[in-house]
Order: sequence, then C-alpha cells, then structure tokens
Amino acid sequence: MHASIKGSRISTVIVSGVTILSALIFLLPVVLVVSASFTDENTLTLQGYSLLPGKWSLEAYRYILVNATQLYMSYRITIIVTLVGTLASLFVTSLLAYPLSRRSFTLRSKITFFVLFTMLFNGGLVPTYIWIQQYLELKNTFGILILTGLLSPFYVFIMRTFFKTIPDSIVESAYMEGAGEWRIFATIILPLSLPSLATIGMLTSLNYWNDWFTTLLYIEDKNKISLQYLLVMMMSNIQAAALNPNSITTAAKMPAETARMALAVLSIAPITIVFLFFQRFLVKGLTVGAVKE
Amino acid sequence: MGMTLPGLVYLVLFAYVPMFGLVIAFKNYNYSTGLWNSPWVGFKNFDFLFASQDAWRITYNTLFLNFLFIFFGTIASIGFALLLNEIRIKVLSRFVQSTMLLPHLLSWVIVGYFVYALLTYNGLVNNILGYFGIEAIEWYNSPEYWPAILTITAIWKMLGYNSVIYLASILGISSDYYEAAVIDGAGKMQQIRYITLPLLSPIIIILVLLSIGKIFYADFGLFYNVTRDMGMLYSTTDVIDTYVFRMLRTVGDVGMSSAAGFYQSIVGLILIVTANFVVRKIDREQSLF
Repeated sequence: MHASIKGSRISTVIVSGVTILSALIFLLPVVLVVSASFTDENTLTLQGYSLLPGKWSLEAYRYILVNATQLYMSYRITIIVTLVGTLASLFVTSLLAYPLSRRSFTLRSKITFFVLFTMLFNGGLVPTYIWIQQYLELKNTFGILILTGLLSPFYVFIMRTFFKTIPDSIVESAYMEGAGEWRIFATIILPLSLPSLATIGMLTSLNYWNDWFTTLLYIEDKNKISLQYLLVMMMSNIQAAALNPNSITTAAKMPAETARMALAVLSIAPITIVFLFFQRFLVKGLTVGAVKE
Repeated sequence: MGMTLPGLVYLVLFAYVPMFGLVIAFKNYNYSTGLWNSPWVGFKNFDFLFASQDAWRITYNTLFLNFLFIFFGTIASIGFALLLNEIRIKVLSRFVQSTMLLPHLLSWVIVGYFVYALLTYNGLVNNILGYFGIEAIEWYNSPEYWPAILTITAIWKMLGYNSVIYLASILGISSDYYEAAVIDGAGKMQQIRYITLPLLSPIIIILVLLSIGKIFYADFGLFYNVTRDMGMLYSTTDVIDTYVFRMLRTVGDVGMSSAAGFYQSIVGLILIVTANFVVRKIDREQSLF
C-alpha cells in the first residue's frame, strides 16, 4: 500500500513535469520571435535567431513606430472592421437563429436545411471571386471586409441551441400580453442570451481580427489593408516596397528582419493581452459547439 | 418570419449564387464578356486539368497531408488529453490548457512568422544543428522535409483545442468505473487501456470521420503562409486550394482553376455526405444532418 502511494506520487511529479515542459515548448516560437524583435539587426544577421537577444536593441520598434504610416492605417481599419463586423454579424446571426429555435415557426425545417446545405456544398473560390469582383463590384470596398465573415452557418446553429434553452413559456406569456415578435426578441430573448452573444461575439471578432484572406483577394487600396495582410506583405518584401515609395532609399538603413518580427509582435500583443484577462471565459467559449451535448 | 430575411438574403448572395457559378468550369471564361456570354466548351477544361501532372499531384498532396494531420493529430490530442487528466493540481492544469490554446487564437500568418524564425537559413533550428556540428539546411528549398514540417505545425496549432475537447469527454466518464477498477487492482495504464480508451472510442471515431469528410479541403492559410508560397516546395506542398488560388490570381487561367475548384466541390460534397451518413448511424446527435 505504502509503495503504491509513493509510486503514484512519483508518477504525478513526472506527469506534471512532462506537461509543463511541453507547454513551454509550445511557447518557444513565441519567445523566439519576441526575442528577435528586440535584437540588434546586425547581431541577428550574424548570429542568427536565438531565444535571448545576443545584443538588445529597440531600433526595430523605433523604426516601425516612426516610419510606418501603413501600420497605423492597417491598425485603424482592422479595429474598425472588427468592431463593426462583430456587431453586424451578431445582429444577422441572432435574427436568423432565433426563429429557427422556436417550435411554432412553420418554415423551421426548410430554412434549417437551406442554411445547413451551405455547410455541405459551396461554389468555391473561382465563382465567388468573379461574382464579388465583377458583378457585385465590391473590390476595394469597406463592405467586402465586413461581408465575407458576416454569417457563419456553424454559429447560427450554435446560437440556435442557446436560444432553445430559453423556455417556451416565457415567449408565450409575452405573446399573451400582446408583444410582437421583434419586441420579444429585443426585450426578452437578447437580454437573456448575453453570455452566449458574448461567446459568439468573441469568436467572430477573433475571425475578423485574423482575416487576411479577404484583403489578399479583394483589396489593393492602401487605406484598407488589414493588419494581418500587412504582415503577409512584409514576409514578401517586394510587395511592401511597392507600397512604400520611400522604401528604396531607406532600405539600406531599414532594420528589415527585426522590424518584421516587431510587427508580428505588435499584431499578437492585443490578442495575448485579451487572452490573459479572459482566460477562463475563453477556454470555455472557444470549445463551444465543438462537441454537441 | 421577416427576421430571417437578412440572413437568407446573405446566404443567397454569398453562398447560393456562387454554387450556380460553378458552371463556369464548363465555359471558356472571358472577363470582358462576363459569364453569360462566355462560350461553352464542355469538358475541355477538365481534359486539360487531368491531362496535366497537376491534378494528380494536388490530389495526392491534399489527401496525404490531411491524412498525416488527422492521424498524428488524433494520437497527439488523445495522448495529451490523458496527460491533462492526470494533473491533479487545478491551477497547473488550467495554465497548461491556456498555453496550448494560444496558438489556436493566432492567424496562420503569425504562425508563418514563427516557422520562419525557426527555419530560415540563420534560424534557430540551423543554429542548433550547427551547435552539434551538423551542416545548415536550406529548409525553404528542400521539399522533402515539408510533409513533416507541415504536420508538426498543424498539430502545434490545433493540439490545445483538440485535447481540450477530448479532455471534456474523459471528464464525463463516471468515476464509478475507476473506483471499481482500483478495487480489482488495476493500475493507471490498465485503467486507461480498459476504461478510458474504450469509453472514448465513439467520440474519437466521430471526430475522425468528420475530419475525413473534410479531407478534400486543405487549410489555405497553413499552406500559403507557412510555406511562404515558395515555388521550390510545390512538389510536396501544393494542394487543391493553393492551386485554385494560384491559377486564378497569379497565372490567370480561369479554366484550369475553375475545373479544379469544381472537382473539389463535387468530391468534397460526396465525402462530407458519406461521412455524416456514417456518423449518423453511430450517433444521431453528432451528425450535421
């Protein structure tokens, strides 16, 4: 008996050790990029990437913050798109999900299938691209940055499941008192669903914040280049140079590699900070709907 | 109800119209004349696509790489869920879970930067190799390493998320089973082997089946950003999604691009419906329809 308790204690230590170690290995690339961003450019070129800066320098950040009008523009458009997009998306998603959650809604199964089918089959990139740029003429518009992520069938179904937990009796008694559909939705359903709206809103805002594909496809206008796509362009320097007319003359002095890394750090910082503050809520929210219960 | 209208209009415009647009694969598309006035060419685009080496290569890469992600990803996630389940210190368990979920929040663009810092010529990996006296490798010019690199990267990003899902199922197993097993003298390994894994198997099978349903679709962000879209690597990293994009936007061959896209949509539909059909047989609740 004594031996087995001792044995289990040792195994607990081993298990904890292994797990912590792997968590740290998980963070290793993050540390590497942060470290590179604080390294002196010449040192990085000569000594290569390491987990601690060979020679500390803030030059990359100074360079970025002084020179990058594009960075400010990209931050601005990304923040605006994330805010407007998340609100618009929550509005459209909940409006569609609510009727689908009510048993009394006669078209329920037909509309459910209409939404579901888009999860099974889609036109793919070519027809979508041609339709949006040639027929809807949404290229280089603010609208397309919002529209591509506006409605996800998956979130509609998750939200429908949330709404289903609200008892029918509440809705029925509101009917009795003469409240209309919209009024019930706005004054009863939405206030009761704030936690679920927050969860879906969090996932949606993350998608908007991380979106670079929409910009890759539809945006050439400097004012509307999202933060993530700015990073894509930084990776392939040539395009970035084309955008910045001064870059050829400043290229010699520009801390290229460290500046790239600093830009990456600046773009993950907001997510990481939000993550640290809302950790518990996030872990629950992120996995919502992954396994139906 | 009028409430559904904005959502339905959106789906018509951004999902259903493009579905009908798939007919473009049977046309010789001309940007200036538009879809209706471009001439029909029957299966010509498909003839070109399947006569080329491309069709075979992108199909193979898509299936093979997704298979690697599913196979190793599932094993790693279950393994990690079992480890997390053994941590008795709550704070520690939460710390590890959060740390591992962080990659899930980051975009593939950022992950591309991480991989770059590791694999560029003076990156960390080559520095470590150099320390052991091994010659540096030009990773971005060596396609043979990329199935492994992409698998590790994909697992790194999804492991936290997937193991939290498996962990939730493990925590749902009644403690009665384990108590009975302990009385019968079963050790930790035996408990895992004879209780946890068998009770976990329905959810494992379902999640794997659902992934197989999506096996014809590759994660564009992963393949485009992590490989930095390097032409040298296409032989092992070019998948249907990157091919369709490149043909459309870089090469400008709408015919090849739309044929490959059509091929993906149809095979994708068949796979997803079949997978869900099987899932439905196992557990109705988990199926999409």
